[in-house]
Amino acid sequence: MTAIERYLAPAGLDDALAALAGGNATILAGGTDLMPQINAGKVAFRPILLNIRRIPELRAVEVGQGRISIGALVTINELKDNPVIAKAVPLLAEAADHFASDQVRNMGTIGGNVANASPAGDTLVPLLVLDAEVELASATGRRSVPMAEFFTGPGRSVRRPDELITALSLPLPRLRTVSRFVKFGTRPALDISAVSIGFSATLDGGRLSDVRVAFGAVGPVPMRGRATEAVLEGAALDAAIIAKAAATAQGEVKPIDDLRASAWYRRELIHNLLGKVLSDVVSR
Amino acid sequence: MSSLVEISCVVNGTPTRLAVPPETSALALLRDHLGLSGTKYGCGEGECGACTILVDGVSVNSCLMFAVDFDGRTVTTIEGLAVDRASDPLRQAFVEKGGVQCGFCTPGMVVQSRHVLDKHPNAGPDEVKRGLEGNLCRCTGYKKIVEAVITAAAAQSAAE
Ligand SMILES: Cc1cc2nc3c(=O)[nH]c(=O)nc-3n(C[C@H](O)[C@H](O)[C@H](O)COP(=O)(O)OP(=O)(O)OC[C@H]3O[C@@H](n4cnc5c(N)ncnc54)[C@H](O)[C@@H]3O)c2cc1C
Ligand code: FES
Ligand code: FES
Repeated sequence: MTAIERYLAPAGLDDALAALAGGNATILAGGTDLMPQINAGKVAFRPILLNIRRIPELRAVEVGQGRISIGALVTINELKDNPVIAKAVPLLAEAADHFASDQVRNMGTIGGNVANASPAGDTLVPLLVLDAEVELASATGRRSVPMAEFFTGPGRSVRRPDELITALSLPLPRLRTVSRFVKFGTRPALDISAVSIGFSATLDGGRLSDVRVAFGAVGPVPMRGRATEAVLEGAALDAAIIAKAAATAQGEVKPIDDLRASAWYRRELIHNLLGKVLSDVVSR
Repeated sequence: MSSLVEISCVVNGTPTRLAVPPETSALALLRDHLGLSGTKYGCGEGECGACTILVDGVSVNSCLMFAVDFDGRTVTTIEGLAVDRASDPLRQAFVEKGGVQCGFCTPGMVVQSRHVLDKHPNAGPDEVKRGLEGNLCRCTGYKKIVEAVITAAAAQSAAE
């Protein structure tokens, strides 16, 4: 194991960004991914261990100018319980409710979930559906990257080693938006998703517009279902459209076989669960 | 070898200064350096809850936490709850309802139950079951454990 040469726990963002500037630091937030990955030998420490948990501005939740900004350090339990988040983006609160255990939700952060870039990360599907942007900061500047362009592979993203995720920024959903999140695993608690689906659309006079669909754990990165969205956009949700959308989704995902489920089973799940989500939306 | 990091924290009510290696887990610090062996190592991966402690009053898996992150915080382990008068009804309920078999999961169960009761003073079966989702009992004594926590909630509200 590489030894940590220095441990830093700055209280200010600028100090954290300066420590990251050389790209020589391992970032620590809740540690719920980092600790097991280190113990399993999947990642090695960089020379600096940078604990970002003492930086208050990374905890902020702010609503303004038609958007909500959720600080990287906001924990999964805060996503679940914060009334501002529950009101503005209920889909995220719902996803948080399906996450791990109380103890893990108390520690794990939204920034860590995004940075970890697991295809099964449970906040990623709702963030994709909600058109979130990842706010990145480094010593040389800031940028924001749409979620749909952030991930490049399992555990990989466009984030540079000198960049910190400071927040997730989301447009507030329009009026008459309906949204759903379903996660399928073998047990309700402490289970990594075999598949998950996020859905959001404006439902007006029985027709869907602004349709966004995303799938988790069915490919190397959490993905938007663009072909499925195209089927649903502008459509009235009848049985034929629901069947067509479910079939399109089944064809569009690219799952693998692993110990949680076979690729075939995952495609079946996507087909059936999307059908269920859409039928549920009509019945309301 | 990494150099040691100086931290100060309050452990079970006692202000403590420590020098810890930065890669050490909070669980290893408690058990191996502080001799607080009530907190158990079950899986080391966040799956079993045997290592649950309270940090600033919030329950966490100490096996997933870095010990250096104790700096400036208030830490409560089962040894702290053992002498906590407010937790008398909780401990008593575990005894009376038979919520302890081999006892390995018990420290984690009690600490997590403390957190559940702090969050939901009138906790019923739903809150208790959801709250204990991250705690495994290999003796599978869940029913009695859940009963114990509900009993403690009732006893606590009656005492107020
Ligand atoms: C028992 C258990 C159950 C779990 N269940 C689930 C589940 O149901 N669903 C799910 O999605 N996940 C689950 N996880 C995974 C994990 O809890 C989440 O991914 C969590 O959100 C990670 O956040 P963290 O703050 O703990 O990240 P950390 O472990 O601190 O960090 C994770 C990674 O991201 C980097 N990082 C952290 N914050 C930032 C930042 N702001 N900027 C840049 N890089 C950063 C770190 O360097 C590290 O590489 C589980 C984990 C465990 C141990
Ligand atoms: S030892 Fe920490 S959760 Fe099992
Ligand atoms: S009492 Fe034996 S593990 Fe729970």
